[in-house]
Amino acid sequence: MKGGRFSPAIMTAIDILGLEKTYSVGFWRKKPKCALKPLHLSVDEGEIFGFLGPNGAGKTTTLKMLMGLVYPTGGSAKILGMDINDPRMKAQIGFLPEQPYFYDYLTAGELLNYYGQLSGVPAKDRERRVREVLDRVGLPDVIRVQLRKFSKGMLQRVGIAQAILHDPRIVFFDEPMSGLDPMGRREVRDLMEQLKHEGKTVFFSTHILSDAEALCDRVAIIHLGELRSVGAVADLTSSVEGKVELIWHGNKIPAAMKALGADCHITGDTVRAVLLEGNQDAALEALRREQLRIISLIPVRTSLEEYFVRKLQPSKAVAGVTS
Amino acid sequence: MNGRIAYIASNTFREAVRDRVLYNLIAFALLMSGAAILVGQISIGIERLVVINLGLTAVSLFGIVIAIFIGIGLVSKEIDKRTLYTVLSRPVQRWEFIVGKFFGLAGTLIVNAFFMALGVFAALFYVSRHFQGSDGWVLVALYFIILQFLIITSLALLFSSFSSPLLSAVFAFALFVIGTFAEDLRGFAGLTKGIVRWLATGAAYLVPNFSALNVISSVAHEQPVARQLILSNTAYALVYAGVALCGAVLIFERRNLK
Repeated sequence: MKGGRFSPAIMTAIDILGLEKTYSVGFWRKKPKCALKPLHLSVDEGEIFGFLGPNGAGKTTTLKMLMGLVYPTGGSAKILGMDINDPRMKAQIGFLPEQPYFYDYLTAGELLNYYGQLSGVPAKDRERRVREVLDRVGLPDVIRVQLRKFSKGMLQRVGIAQAILHDPRIVFFDEPMSGLDPMGRREVRDLMEQLKHEGKTVFFSTHILSDAEALCDRVAIIHLGELRSVGAVADLTSSVEGKVELIWHGNKIPAAMKALGADCHITGDTVRAVLLEGNQDAALEALRREQLRIISLIPVRTSLEEYFVRKLQPSKAVAGVTS
Repeated sequence: MNGRIAYIASNTFREAVRDRVLYNLIAFALLMSGAAILVGQISIGIERLVVINLGLTAVSLFGIVIAIFIGIGLVSKEIDKRTLYTVLSRPVQRWEFIVGKFFGLAGTLIVNAFFMALGVFAALFYVSRHFQGSDGWVLVALYFIILQFLIITSLALLFSSFSSPLLSAVFAFALFVIGTFAEDLRGFAGLTKGIVRWLATGAAYLVPNFSALNVISSVAHEQPVARQLILSNTAYALVYAGVALCGAVLIFERRNLK
């Protein structure tokens, strides 16, 4: 259990214990290149967990190690309490790789049937499951269409379908929104929320912070193979910057506002000003004097994007907030 | 065969069929038809010999070329296209994947050889208007050709598990050519001395002995094939292919799929 959260009823879905990966590069393969520094992370069952980081941060390497595609050079990990190479565990997880590519000589129905066979879905249920998942990802009419005729967005949807086909307990998505249009992204977000409501654990990597902010219970930020922070989205973005945002009706800016150092912007028939918290009483007084109608006064909070950018700056690299 | 191996083998077979690999049968059919008609007109008394020699050699070469050019991509193509990721993230062990691929391609080659064999027998019937007892040995020669396919498929898979498709093709084809002259290599080893003898003998026994698996000429001359040779060739091919397959599994088990 991480971050001081104590809930003995919740089971740990993913437990990463110092997983690390170093590749040997160069002509003689003697030069070590660290792709992932020892990573400690745990994800509870039923969570939507976002694994954030810029390109090349080590997100895909971590996912590949968890899937048994790349072998770690140190550490270990357990999924649902089982070793990452245990076939019993693999029957209970689903995986969508980044920019998935499938056997394009197969139809969508044949591909999903094949994956159903490999995942041990009983023959009597397979056809029904295939139709259900295709329907769920918004591709109800392509069961007999060869994958070579699919667009990138359609392939991404088929990728999601194959990941949830066998009703896994944990779903790993590597950049699930990649290649999708805004409607597609919205649908995938809805799907991930549905999976959470069904009690599934969703672990997904992304560098699209708005997706993470909208979906995740917790996120981890990774950069240059190193975990920079992990915690609940609300905790990471709750720090007040000592500033307030004041909005009033009209398009008049009192002269006192400038003296108070307020940063004012007029949008339509409202004015938005950001100023230091210590100056808020004086600002309110100035607005009252001018008889301007105040719409709102709220503290300025750090957005996930600002938090993310701060964590990626080397000088400010610090350990996790709640880990 | 466990279920997952059968599913992977079946998908490999389906891939070969959909990639129009069996279209080579059309070329083979044209070759056999042309040969039968031509031989019937220009040969006197040796029509059967020519048809058997030409037909079985074509069956062997077509199959070897297919085995090499599909076999070298069986693993590397799946890694390059990343289709392997969604397979190995399921309850599929790496050895099951390799063995499934092997059986899939071997099955394709056997089906291909079956249809080609029908073509050979049709051509034989066309040139002599009857079948005779010694034609049964043609089936033994075809069986030996299938044993060659098993060996070359396992070798192509072995190379494919660690090398690029181009190098794998070069290695597999080189081994096929050297293996065709394996008996000569063994004879050469017997003529040398000292360290050279050790090296030549080692190389002679390391390369697959395709010359022992080639009885096309003797079958064409209506000579019988010894039962002992059938047994020893069967055992040799199964052991050789098994060892190469184990090598492919051992290498692939250790490989990082970047």
